[in-house]
Amino acid sequence: MAIADVKEYTHLSTEEVEQLGRELDAIRAEIEESRGAADAAYINKMIRMQRGLAFAGRVTLFASHKKPAWAAGAAMLGAAKILENMEIGHNVMHGQWDWMNDPEIHSSNWEWDTAQPAEQWKHSHNYVHHQFTNVLGHDNDIGYGILRMAREQKWHPVNLGQPVYNALLAGLFQWGVSLHDLDLEAIRKGRKDPKEMKRQLKQIVRKGRNQILKDYVVYPALSGKNWKTTLTANATANVTRNIWSYMIIFCGHFPDGAMHFTEEELEDETRAEWYLRQMLGSANFEGSRLTHVMAGSLGYQIEHHLFPDLPSNRYPEIAVKVRALCDKYDIPYTTGPLYRQYGQTLRTIMKLSLPNKMTSDDSPEPPSPSIDRGRKTDAERPTRRTETGAYMRRATS
Amino acid sequence: MAGTISWERVRRVGDKLTTPLHPDDYLSLVNPLWSTRELRGRVEEVIPETADAATLVIRPGWGWRYDHRPGQYVGIGVQVDGKFQWRSYSVSSPPKRSGRTIAITVRAMPEGLLSAHLVSGLEPGTIVRLALPEGDFVLPDPPPAKVLFLVGGSGITPVMSMLRTLDRRGTMSDVVMHYSSTTPERMIFRDELTALAEKHPSLTFHQRHTDIDGVLDLGELERVAGDWRERETWACGPGPMLDAIDAHWSDSGLEERLHLERFSLQLGGEGGEGGTITFRNSSKSVDVDGATTVLEAGEQAGVGMPYGCRMGICHTCTVALVSGAVRDLRNGEDYNQPNEQIQTCITAAVGDCTLDI
Repeated sequence: MAIADVKEYTHLSTEEVEQLGRELDAIRAEIEESRGAADAAYINKMIRMQRGLAFAGRVTLFASHKKPAWAAGAAMLGAAKILENMEIGHNVMHGQWDWMNDPEIHSSNWEWDTAQPAEQWKHSHNYVHHQFTNVLGHDNDIGYGILRMAREQKWHPVNLGQPVYNALLAGLFQWGVSLHDLDLEAIRKGRKDPKEMKRQLKQIVRKGRNQILKDYVVYPALSGKNWKTTLTANATANVTRNIWSYMIIFCGHFPDGAMHFTEEELEDETRAEWYLRQMLGSANFEGSRLTHVMAGSLGYQIEHHLFPDLPSNRYPEIAVKVRALCDKYDIPYTTGPLYRQYGQTLRTIMKLSLPNKMTSDDSPEPPSPSIDRGRKTDAERPTRRTETGAYMRRATS
Repeated sequence: MAGTISWERVRRVGDKLTTPLHPDDYLSLVNPLWSTRELRGRVEEVIPETADAATLVIRPGWGWRYDHRPGQYVGIGVQVDGKFQWRSYSVSSPPKRSGRTIAITVRAMPEGLLSAHLVSGLEPGTIVRLALPEGDFVLPDPPPAKVLFLVGGSGITPVMSMLRTLDRRGTMSDVVMHYSSTTPERMIFRDELTALAEKHPSLTFHQRHTDIDGVLDLGELERVAGDWRERETWACGPGPMLDAIDAHWSDSGLEERLHLERFSLQLGGEGGEGGTITFRNSSKSVDVDGATTVLEAGEQAGVGMPYGCRMGICHTCTVALVSGAVRDLRNGEDYNQPNEQIQTCITAAVGDCTLDI
């Protein structure tokens, strides 16, 4: 069974699927050829703005004993962290700006302001998640190994605690993500190479230590007698960023309409079928230009999954074309206001804390037979696709 | 020096404030030159030299060393349509430890996207990337007692740096200079050279306008400098001219006396053996012969290879070799350590190899 056999696609002939693939390739080629000075100016402006905000926030917080300064400082710092993680870090690490040949804005050496080391993110996200999007057992982003997000996943009494785990995950998102590539499940099952585990742990500890030191020791210390209020403001900025990024990321693949797939659907997948899976497995949301930028352009999740390494500032124009293609080929294009998309996600999290028989299914699709949860190792995965963006394991570390 | 060290320390402490970024990432937003992460410079002045050549006066930022040797070149990276393009140009200004600027002189080539941009498209104030001076086409200090310069066209730039150095240091020895150019108008630094020759009796300046006189016949070298065999010779210019000079000096058994500067990559070493190059992270591979560089191979395979000068200078193209061996096409040296960093623009495969990109 291939992806084209799922109900949403059965009206398309093989030739039509390939034609759709060619049309998407053409969109990619058009953007690649037209990348230029205006795009370079966009990312440079974004970086300047973000660093300016971070600086202003830090300086304002030296006077954090005054309530307005506390609020303004925390807000600026939070916004800076959100911009850095979402519109800048995430997208740079996908290789969206590698074409500029600028060593300072390049996926190979960008390090972001969050607990997870960039190198591990590029593996767990750029490679595993983007290639195996929404394939149960392959894509570890389905619930991050903590939440049960698909009816196909076996229920366990532990899932009853989902509402609590969800709240914890939202608040501590950066730390949850930082452990993501370690693959706790493989460690538990004794399948993880101890040498690799040690190397990754060392990276995480080094990065995490610097992050904690900066926000909870150095800057409070520099604030002198205002250390306590600076510390709370920094914590507020971090938690705000955590909750926001958690929400945006969960809106990408869990609203109703974003489908999950099984391993069989992955078999002999062509490039066009990979495109199809990305379109059907992702969900957009609607919002102002500012919302989209703060969301790292992940409101264009469908476009991002089709073209993860094209510059994010071009997603709005790509979206118009992708939507037209969806109309033309009569395939679903999931989108809605942010509150609705997250509302559906939250409802699914709550519902799936209970066994399937106690709840109804919200997706139109009849649930496939339950499959075992578990992660694949890289060796068990098919060969890597290039369109998922850069990821490199540095030899020196 | 103590000042430099403590400043370094200040910035290292600053790392704790800016992690995971560096303090320079913030400072360079205030002044683009305040960064040691990448060498940069600001174009201070663009001086037209001839109709198609200009001198760029560049003020380098932090981390620059002004002690280049006369004759060396620098890498310069300029953003054209959002993308950094790298080329190398000889420094035409003399080295000055107390200096604040360097100068490069560029002639717009008919096919050269970047040279044309540098000559006519660069506004003063533009920030460019730089690579430190390199090259062994240099004048020793003190200079040899008898010197011959054979120059063609824009090959004048490294020689100009040497002559200016001799002039500034007051060490102008017995120098004969032969400079060929198609027309007098296209002759870069013509006035300055004439003035130098008037100032220094020991400097003899021969001009040749090849549109009228044709190219120099090396058989007539005696007329330029009867004692050319005794002179330490530096030659810079178009490839065919250098090939002829190279052959002439070899035939006379005088290779030791000759220094050549070519403005294109000269792959003198033996080639590789070829093989299958695998690009691990993009799971692409390509079969290549021993003359194809790893960079070209990657580009053929459609891998987004980083690149800079494409002549082994700037190290922008460096990638880790996971397994296998590659050969440096310039000198035949092999690299085969696992995880060794290799410059893809000047190496070719020796058997099958795998790269981390």
